Amino acid sequence: MFKKVLIAAAISLTGTVVHAGCGIEKGNVNILGNEFPAIQTIGAGAEACAGDGVSIKTNLTKEHKNIQVPSLTSDPAEYTVAIVANSSIVPLMNDDLIQPLDDLIAKHGGNFNDNQKITIGGKVMAIGFMANSQHIVYRKDLLEQAGVEAPNTYEEVLEVAKAVKDKGLVKYPFGAAYAAGWGLAQEFNNMFIGHGGEFFKDGAMPNVNTETGVATLEMMKSLTDYMNPDFLTLDNNEINAEWKAGNVAIMQMWGSRAGPLLAGEDTAPGVAENTVLSHPVTVGGGSMPATTLWWDGFTIAKNISDEDAEASYLAMVNAIDPSIMNDEVATQAVWMIDGYEPTPASAGVFATIEAGATPYPMIPYASLLHTALGAELPDFFSGKESAEQTLADVEAAYVTAAKEKGFISE
Amino acid sequence: MKHRTFFWFFLPTALAMLLFIFLPIISVVTQSLFIDHEQVFVEVENCDFFGCKKASMVDNEATEQLRREQPLGRFVGLDNYINRSHLAFTEVAEIWSGSDSVGNFFKQLFNLPLYRALIFTLVFTFTVTPLLIILGFCIAIGVNSLSQKIKGVVIFFSLLPMIVTPLVGSLILFWMIDSRGIIGSSLQLLFDDPDLSLKASATLTWVTLIVYGVWHAAPFAFVVFYAGLQTVPQDTLESAMIDGASRWERIRYVILPHLAPLVTFVALIQLMDNFRVFEPIVGFNASAHATSLSSMIYSDLDGESRLLSSAATSSVLTIIGVVILLFPVLIRTWRDWDRKY
Repeated sequence: MFKKVLIAAAISLTGTVVHAGCGIEKGNVNILGNEFPAIQTIGAGAEACAGDGVSIKTNLTKEHKNIQVPSLTSDPAEYTVAIVANSSIVPLMNDDLIQPLDDLIAKHGGNFNDNQKITIGGKVMAIGFMANSQHIVYRKDLLEQAGVEAPNTYEEVLEVAKAVKDKGLVKYPFGAAYAAGWGLAQEFNNMFIGHGGEFFKDGAMPNVNTETGVATLEMMKSLTDYMNPDFLTLDNNEINAEWKAGNVAIMQMWGSRAGPLLAGEDTAPGVAENTVLSHPVTVGGGSMPATTLWWDGFTIAKNISDEDAEASYLAMVNAIDPSIMNDEVATQAVWMIDGYEPTPASAGVFATIEAGATPYPMIPYASLLHTALGAELPDFFSGKESAEQTLADVEAAYVTAAKEKGFISE
Repeated sequence: MKHRTFFWFFLPTALAMLLFIFLPIISVVTQSLFIDHEQVFVEVENCDFFGCKKASMVDNEATEQLRREQPLGRFVGLDNYINRSHLAFTEVAEIWSGSDSVGNFFKQLFNLPLYRALIFTLVFTFTVTPLLIILGFCIAIGVNSLSQKIKGVVIFFSLLPMIVTPLVGSLILFWMIDSRGIIGSSLQLLFDDPDLSLKASATLTWVTLIVYGVWHAAPFAFVVFYAGLQTVPQDTLESAMIDGASRWERIRYVILPHLAPLVTFVALIQLMDNFRVFEPIVGFNASAHATSLSSMIYSDLDGESRLLSSAATSSVLTIIGVVILLFPVLIRTWRDWDRKY
C-alpha cells in the first residue's frame, strides 16, 4: 500500500515537472497583450511554463496596440508573442511582423480545435481562444418597475430609457462608451452596420457620408438624450463604474467587461443580482444586429529565433489548454476552448453569435477610418456641426491618412 | 575663458546635443518629406471562429520589394505640410472664398485639425503663463511673510500640485469635476442648474484645462520667486519703510524690479512648457473639445494607424512654433550678448 502511494506520488511529481516545463527545453518567451481578467489568466498560464533555461515574461497593458508594431518591427523583436484581436492583427499583417504557425502546429500539435485556427490566405496566423462582442446589458428590476420589456431594437431602447427616466428611477438611464476616440468610432461602426452600411467603395475609398451614415448619427444622437451629459468623456471603465453605482438602467457593453459585473464587487446593493447580459439589438428595421463580433488569439513574432518561436508556441498552447477551465475562469470570457460551459456571463456574446452578427472587418485600411471617425465625430455630438458636415470631415481626414499610407493613390 | 578651455568644457554637452537633439530633428524632418509606398493588395480568404470571408490584404512580398528599392518611401516634398491634416492650403483658400464673414471664416478654419489644435494651444499658453506668474508671485509674497514655525508646512503644501504627476493630477480632478463629483455637484448646487456639466461644453472644458494648467505650474513660479525674495536687499527695503512706503509701494518699487529677471526666466520656461500642453488633455479625456499640437502628434502615433509622416510633420511645425514663440527672447539675449562683448 505504502509503496503504491509512493509510486503515485512519484508519478504525480514527475507529471508536475513535465507540466511546469511544458516540453520547452530552452528559450525566452515575452508576451504582449491587452489587460482584462481573461488575458491575465492566459498570461499566468504561459508563465507557469517558466523553468530551467526557460524565461517567460508578460506585459499585459491597455497600451498594447501602441506598442505592438514598433516592438515587433525591431530585429530581434522585443516580444515573441502578441495577443491580438481581429482588429489589431491587421497592422501586424500589413507590416509582415508575425509568422505562419503551420510548421509549429505540424511539429508540436496542441490541444485545440480546428475552428480555433485563424487562417489568412490559407495560412494559420493566430490561434483564437475567446470570442467577444458588445451587446445590451440591462437592470431587470428597473425595467420591471418601469413596466417595460427588454428591447430588441434601438428604437425600443429609446422607449425603455424614456420609461425609466419618466418614472424617475435613474437620471441618465442609458450608458455606452461614447468617449471621443476609439470607443465613439466603434459605436458608430456598430450602428452603421446595423443600418446595413458598407464602409468602403471602389477599393479603399470611404463610403460613410451617405444617408445611412446620417441615419446612424441621428440614432446615436437620440440615445445621447438619455446619457450622462459628460458622455463624450466616458469610456468603458467609467460606464462600468456608473453601472456599479446603480446609475444606469441599460447599456451597450463588451461581454468581457460586463461579465465581471455579475460578481458584484464594489457594487451598490441590488445591482449585481439584477444585471442581465442579454443580446444585441437591431436598428432601423434592419435584420443585422448593430454590433460586431471579435476574437482574441495569440500570434508569434516573425523576427525571433526558431528556438524562441518554439518556446513561445509551446507556452501559449499550454496557456490555452482545456485544463485551465474552472468555475472562476469560465466566467471571465466566452472561451472557444473545449470543456467550456456557457455561464450567465457569456449569454450576451452567444446571443450575438447566434444573431448572425458580422465580425469586425479585417481590412488593411479599416483602422484609418476608425481613427478618422474617432477624431471627427465629437463635433457632431457637441452640436458644432451638422451630420453631413461631420461625415464629410471624416471622409476628408480618412483620405488624407490613406494617401499617406499608400492605400489610395493620388 | 580661453577658447580652448571653453571647447573642452563644452564638448560633452555639444556631443549630447548632436546625438539627442540635432540628429533626431534631422530624422524627423526627413520623415516629414516622405510618405509610404503605394500598397499592393491581394485578395485572400480569411477564416476564423465565425466563418470565412473574402478580404483584401497587403501583399507583403511586393511591398518588401518596393521597400528595398526605396527604403524611405515616396518623396513628396512639402505635400505633407500643405495637406488637410496640417496647413491645409487648398481648404483654407476654399473657406476664404466661400465664407461671407470673418466670423464664419474662422469657424470653418477651426474645423481643420491643425488650426483647431493651434488655437487651443495658443489660448492655453497665453492665458496660463501670465496667470501662473501672478499667482506664483502672490503665493511667494504670502509665504514669505509667514512666521518661521508654519513656513515649512505651507511651502510643502504649496508645492504639492507640482509634485503630483500631471496625468494623475488631472485624473483626480477629472473625477472631482464629474457631474457627480464633489466639485461638479457643488457647482450645480451653487448655480442652481442640475444639468450643469463642466465636461460637456467646449468653453467650460477649456476653462477647466486652463485652471488645471495654472494650478499645476504655479508652484514652479512660487519656488523661483520665493528664492528670489530671499535675496532682496534688506537695506533698500528698510530705507523705503523709513521713507514711509506702504507695503504695496515696497512691492511695486523695490521687490518687483529686483525680481524682474526671474519673471523673464519663469515666462520663458512656462511658455515652452505650456506650448506643448498634453497630459491634461489625456487625463481629462478632453479630446472632444480641445486638441493641442502635442495631442495631435500623439493621436497620429496612437493605436493601429500609426501615421509616421503626419506625426513628423506636426513635430516640425511644433518646433517652428516654439522658435517663433521664443524669438523675442532670443533676440533680446543676442542683443545683451552683443552689448557685453
